[in-house]
Amino acid sequence: MFGLNKKDSALLLLVAILTMLAPFILNPFPSDSGLAQFNAGYPDLMQRFVIFGIFAIGFNILFGLTGYLSFGHAAFLGVGSYSAVWMFKLLSMNIIPAIVLSVAIAGLFALVIGYVSLRRTGIYFSILTLAFAQMSFALAYSVLTPITNGETGLQLSLDDPRILDSANTSGSLPVTSLFGLEMRSSFDLVVGPWSFTFSVGYYICAIAMLLAFYLSIRIFRSPFGMMLRAIKSNQQRLNYTGLNPKPYTLAAFVISGMYAGLAGGLLASMDPLAGAERMQWTASGEVVLMTILGGVGTLIGPVLGAGLIKYFENIFSKINDTVLHGWFGILPDGIEDFLVSIIHPFVGKGWHLTLGIIFMLVVTFLPGGLVEGGQRIARLFRSKKKTDGADAAKTEPAE
Amino acid sequence: MSKTNLTRRGVLKSGAVAGAGVALPTIFTASSAAAYTNEPTGGSVTLGFNVPQTGPYADEGADELRAYELAVEHLNGGGDGGMMNTFSSNALQGNGILGKKVEFVTGDTQTKSDAARASAKSMIEKDGAIMITGGSSSGVAIAVQGLCQEAGVIFMAGLTHSNDTTGKDKKANGFRHFFNGYMSGAALAPVLKQLYGDDRKAYHLTADYTWGWTQQESIAAATEALGWETVNNVLTPLAATDFSSYIAPVLNSGADVLVLNHYGGNMVNSLTNAVQFGLRNKEVNGKNFEIVVPLFSRLMARGAGENIKGIVGSTNWHWSLQDDASKAFVKSFGTKYGFPPSQAAHTVYCQTLLYADACQRAGTFNPCGVAEALEGFEFDGLGNGKTLYRAEDHQCFKDVLVVKGKENPTSEFDLLEVVEVTPAAQVTYAPDHPMFAGGALGTCNPGA
Repeated sequence: MFGLNKKDSALLLLVAILTMLAPFILNPFPSDSGLAQFNAGYPDLMQRFVIFGIFAIGFNILFGLTGYLSFGHAAFLGVGSYSAVWMFKLLSMNIIPAIVLSVAIAGLFALVIGYVSLRRTGIYFSILTLAFAQMSFALAYSVLTPITNGETGLQLSLDDPRILDSANTSGSLPVTSLFGLEMRSSFDLVVGPWSFTFSVGYYICAIAMLLAFYLSIRIFRSPFGMMLRAIKSNQQRLNYTGLNPKPYTLAAFVISGMYAGLAGGLLASMDPLAGAERMQWTASGEVVLMTILGGVGTLIGPVLGAGLIKYFENIFSKINDTVLHGWFGILPDGIEDFLVSIIHPFVGKGWHLTLGIIFMLVVTFLPGGLVEGGQRIARLFRSKKKTDGADAAKTEPAE
Repeated sequence: MSKTNLTRRGVLKSGAVAGAGVALPTIFTASSAAAYTNEPTGGSVTLGFNVPQTGPYADEGADELRAYELAVEHLNGGGDGGMMNTFSSNALQGNGILGKKVEFVTGDTQTKSDAARASAKSMIEKDGAIMITGGSSSGVAIAVQGLCQEAGVIFMAGLTHSNDTTGKDKKANGFRHFFNGYMSGAALAPVLKQLYGDDRKAYHLTADYTWGWTQQESIAAATEALGWETVNNVLTPLAATDFSSYIAPVLNSGADVLVLNHYGGNMVNSLTNAVQFGLRNKEVNGKNFEIVVPLFSRLMARGAGENIKGIVGSTNWHWSLQDDASKAFVKSFGTKYGFPPSQAAHTVYCQTLLYADACQRAGTFNPCGVAEALEGFEFDGLGNGKTLYRAEDHQCFKDVLVVKGKENPTSEFDLLEVVEVTPAAQVTYAPDHPMFAGGALGTCNPGA
């Protein structure tokens, strides 16, 4: 299918099915039950899952294939967001020009930063990219305030020109759309106690992610991808064979920067605001975490990692003491307070702590990330089935 | 004779078709009925409390959450009723809002616009919050106010002191109970003149975001009108924790007053640095060097400890006020938590009560109805004397307190003394004042 081998087609198909049915999969609990707290199937979070999935897929093309650890990738995401919001302000609320510009600008930006940073490898490369990203953050945060609106973040306002759109007389801010199809419009499907939300914005992002994922498979399987892997395994040997790895690494860097720009553009298309925090080093570190958590160098790993981190950030951080007391309300008072005080540091504002513990466990016991975990489970089942089959074969003649 | 062929598969198939048929009407009715975003249909209504639980304003956020919980308790008829008993509007019955029990969800803004919007969005989309309130930073408040306008829910701004919140970034769905930079300037100027004279050179250190900018502009304008000179204005990043490198140049600038346009943890650190550098013991131009903190709260005073003594600033409310409403609020907050509330707590408590009262008076949760009930609303009995929510910009006008760090505090909470209560008339400005110009309120958006 689409020039992929059977295994990759199956993977693409699986990802396609998962993303298309996400509103069902992520809302497994009835909306009025206590467990509804853990439902993640609302538009904003689903959009974040796939957008940060794109971001991590792009990062993985650089880090997973060439082994170059960029610590400044958030800068490209931020640049993409700012470009997109400026398009909304100046040109039109249609998301197409915004996304095109954000990818292009992020690509240019990556070309400049990559050209300088890729003169060094290893830790020096990481530090260089980190320095560039922090520089961009400082610029966006204060120096370039007329362009970025500083800490408040760049927002739409009623008197923006928007030269392609008809004059806005409604008195409220226009909304982002794709040829009239509003990003924020959604449709609720109520089946018994369950309620599923289908949002236009989410499906646009999901399609973008599927395209990005498909492109990444093609890159992984191409001769270009093979060359990138060669750079990762032994760059010196590659030099000795007379090949210059620089153009390849630069290309990978720019491609992954453009992925980040796409993610930034989509983020702004779903919610037209661009803040400088998007470029901070913590945001750059987050994508590294996502990729490592999911599995470096695997196709689907980064998407899983992105999903897990965003889930923790948005769901665990909202469990407060009142919710905890609600859960343990049936227990006697003493035990209830005891349990709440034990769990309290790990939820709500302590979600970072829980995430940190999970990250440590994954890195220690599953160096290949969540994907390795999945593989181990699959292997366990497969070998079990095999022994089952052998047993059956043995018992059959006796019947 | 007819023959019925009853197979297992056939039964399952027809069962599935029948099931789908039963489900169908609900599928089509679900999305059509709502007149506005998150119309509450059950016996309860959900409010979204979006406060900083981490970051430089975490102390304020924690106190805000306490006040929100207290307000919800009072709305649902629990506790002693607090300021519901002193509030001049008697619409609230203590049986929730419009007979619906009040429930709430909380989120962490992290004092970042992005995170705050994500958190508010999840409250609106996932938890069905009908109103969002909170925020301890103007940048965040403006970002979330924009979001609420787009989503079609009411935003009751918490701690936000920037002129822009009800100035160039004002929105029809947003309301602010707190005062603003202009009001601080107008209230402080006469007191500063009386204390420090009209021939001073001021050096500003300013938090680099909307609040810092507009407060600096307001204070500079008010003091320059007295005859003061503004020597320099230096912007500092919000995330900064050490200000020594910003303090050192002050010594050589020839300034004799340092204005710290900082709040929360920022102000605690910058004031501590300034005192460590011995600024307060210096004499410049033949006058004592003075430090002014235009906006401060008791929480900050506690953080700054000894250093706050004698420092002048303005505040929205203080627990030592002796009117009935303040006393009632301090009593019920103190009974529940064991210490007096901060101005942040007072503001958000009022916001929650005012929202509930507006729903009750409008007879609906529809944001447009609620906004109409709040616009031009005049009330008393919430601790600040007579108060008006102006219809033109949704800013609230009330008395402003000028306070000073107490020289001899009697307890760890008794840190501020009220120097002057500036009447509302003195801090009122025209809606088209240049500092608030640009931007438009727009029209109210009920969403769906």
